[in-house]
Amino acid sequence: MTSRRVVGPFNRVEGDLEVTLEIADGRVGAAYVNSPMYRGFEQILQGKHPLDALVYVPRICGICSVAQSAAAALALADAMGLQAPDNGRLAANLTLAAENLADHLSHFYLFFMPDFAREAYRDRSWFAATEARFKAVTGSATTDALPVRAKFMHLMGYLAGKWPHTLSLQPGGSARPLEQAELLWIAILLAEFRTFLERTLFGDRLEAVAALDSEAALLRWLEPRAAQADLPRFLALAYDLQLHRLGHATDRFMSYGAYHDGNAALFPAGVWDGGLQALDVSSIREDISHSWMDGDVALAPAEGHTLPQPDKLGAYSWCKAPRLGGRVVETGALARQMMAGHPLVRDLVARHGGSVTARVVARLLEIALVLPQMERWVKEIRPGAPFCLPDLPVRSAHGVGLVEAARGSLGHWLEVRDGKLHNYQIIAPTTWNFSPRDAAGEPGALEQALVGVAAAAQSDDAPVAVQHVVRSFDPCMVCTVH
Amino acid sequence: MSEPLNLLWLQSGGCGGCTLSLLNADCHNLFDTLAGCGIRLLWHPSLSEQSAQEARKILEDCASGATRLDILCLEGAVLRGPHGSGGFHRSAGNEPMMALLERLARVARHTVAVGSCAAFGGVTSGGCNPADACGLQFETDTPGGLLGKDYRAADGLPVVNIAGCPTHPNWVIESLAALASGLLNEHGLDSLQRPRLYADHLVHHGCTRNEYYEFKASAHKPSDLGCLMENMGCKGTQAHADCNIRLWNGEGSCTRGGYACVSCTEPGFEEPGHPFAETPKFAGIPIALPTDMPKAWFLALASLSKSATPKRVKQNAEADHQVVTPAVKRTRWK
Repeated sequence: MTSRRVVGPFNRVEGDLEVTLEIADGRVGAAYVNSPMYRGFEQILQGKHPLDALVYVPRICGICSVAQSAAAALALADAMGLQAPDNGRLAANLTLAAENLADHLSHFYLFFMPDFAREAYRDRSWFAATEARFKAVTGSATTDALPVRAKFMHLMGYLAGKWPHTLSLQPGGSARPLEQAELLWIAILLAEFRTFLERTLFGDRLEAVAALDSEAALLRWLEPRAAQADLPRFLALAYDLQLHRLGHATDRFMSYGAYHDGNAALFPAGVWDGGLQALDVSSIREDISHSWMDGDVALAPAEGHTLPQPDKLGAYSWCKAPRLGGRVVETGALARQMMAGHPLVRDLVARHGGSVTARVVARLLEIALVLPQMERWVKEIRPGAPFCLPDLPVRSAHGVGLVEAARGSLGHWLEVRDGKLHNYQIIAPTTWNFSPRDAAGEPGALEQALVGVAAAAQSDDAPVAVQHVVRSFDPCMVCTVH
Repeated sequence: MSEPLNLLWLQSGGCGGCTLSLLNADCHNLFDTLAGCGIRLLWHPSLSEQSAQEARKILEDCASGATRLDILCLEGAVLRGPHGSGGFHRSAGNEPMMALLERLARVARHTVAVGSCAAFGGVTSGGCNPADACGLQFETDTPGGLLGKDYRAADGLPVVNIAGCPTHPNWVIESLAALASGLLNEHGLDSLQRPRLYADHLVHHGCTRNEYYEFKASAHKPSDLGCLMENMGCKGTQAHADCNIRLWNGEGSCTRGGYACVSCTEPGFEEPGHPFAETPKFAGIPIALPTDMPKAWFLALASLSKSATPKRVKQNAEADHQVVTPAVKRTRWK
């Protein structure tokens, strides 16, 4: 017998989320993901001065604010034919990296881990220690991580004026030139953060974590550290709960590429579908067959529009359903590291497919990979050399800005006519991951990842395994429902 | 010690940025800080353990009076659309968030709008205001909003508008501390119901571009060191906030970040009527002059100071680093 249950609101995700579960024989048979909010940024932007986008779009999202700025700045630079000078590019990379790393940290400590301190796990051997460490609000990890995160975000004070919602990122580079003294303090902040990561999160040097090259190596590394640092603590309970077998979606991944140096990206763009393929951005279409959106044709984002139609028959979400070449893809740190060919991540996916464990490991691995890179970028900045080129007037142009936010691929497509924004379309990472079904009936990545998850039929509440799967994507619903 | 106050934090038509900004607070542990102010966090959508039905029960217990609701905080605008139904944001059990907020505001001892969206509508009400967004007690600068201009929480105060996009973490913490200790009364709010704790200052106060301002040595493009008022759209001389007195993320502010103050603590900042990064002018003179400054005197002083601008200030204003450093001179009398 199949029972149907609406689970929500999901908290410890950014924004609002509801999931409808169809449960049969103690397992999820089908899931329908709903983003129950609409704001209409694309309509707000129409008719504005092109540079005004820099004020509005970061305010789509308080947690991916810089990523939104970076995508807008790139789309405007594309429309203007501008390329930022080296200092501007390095400052923008540092700013985006600071946000992405802080987001990974917030996700792990504040959003994801507290679920293992739930009553449901009271009979596990690791429960008492996990409750003391990771309980929401009161756990010792909160006391450790919150001030470290706040201090790390002093980077934003130097690089961006403030976070969230900066205007430092401009089409021509960064409006915030850095002096030598400030570069020294940025390096000191990075060193302080490294100390916390190595002592508390990893229990090992960042370089040693980044060098783990297989699941076997991860297990060998884990054994002597299981109760000594937070990633090992997670891994120990994750293997006990078999989280590497939980939350498998399509195993088709996409990344736009992250942290460009002018020629190449630190983590390259691509598609993974059993093997690495080139990314064809022109094959993106936004299906709206199950979205409360006007229209019935799946359009390319540059031609798209976003007009609400709340009474649409068969629709169940404010989220559109973007598809790459007609296919569902998953995006995020796991996807980025699949494209980058990180051997640990490739091995985890080859053995078990994408999973709750793989997503969390990829995210934390990325912290270990990116912080040393930030240390190098700071040294490459040359005070006195230019940080920003002047904007150029735009009468009529198209622009595309593709970046990687913490939670995955973020794209902005804009069109300027008569010096004003004629159209502005945004596809956020969670729009990919938490999309509803498309016209062919294929469910989105989370909807697929939830199928088969254990759920007791008699309970009314959100099964804890469902919560692990949902949060393993680090969803950002406010971006999704811009 | 008296019983701590129960704080319930809800989010609606916004970006969650005021919560993320609050987590930037430079205190040992935000939750301990709140507890030290006598505040117990009942539920927060980003931070609490309870999800789904557990969370719904907390909200219902507040609405029914089973749990005492001392402080209701809303982050994000109230979404009234489509067609006044509130359907653009449905909360637990399919109830429009707008309706839930009205129920909770009726029983709350203190009601607080965190951020310019919850206070005035903010960015969510920009453009054609597609979601029909408004603030709890204002629609831009017109009193009313969701709760109506006559609304008073049980403490007798109207909605406390901690305006800002986002809010500075300390504005939120000290406003809550003032409420919890009974120190915030109607005299502590300005005419837009913002706590005067931070709203009695202007963003201009403490601006590091002060010397450029004095001599009207102005920036012309992003990354220039000069004053941002004449050309770059800066409203720091008019916007109420202390952003350059106590800084953001330890070291920053908008003007220190190289960009104009867009007056995000003011109602309607989202629709300035001109491109954000351009100063509207009439006959070459900025239309909006510094607050409390007589126009004739401003023009006279600006003209005089422009002609008196030291070469160093003039050259540096249009550069992204100091091309001329201040001369070294003896500062002692003899």
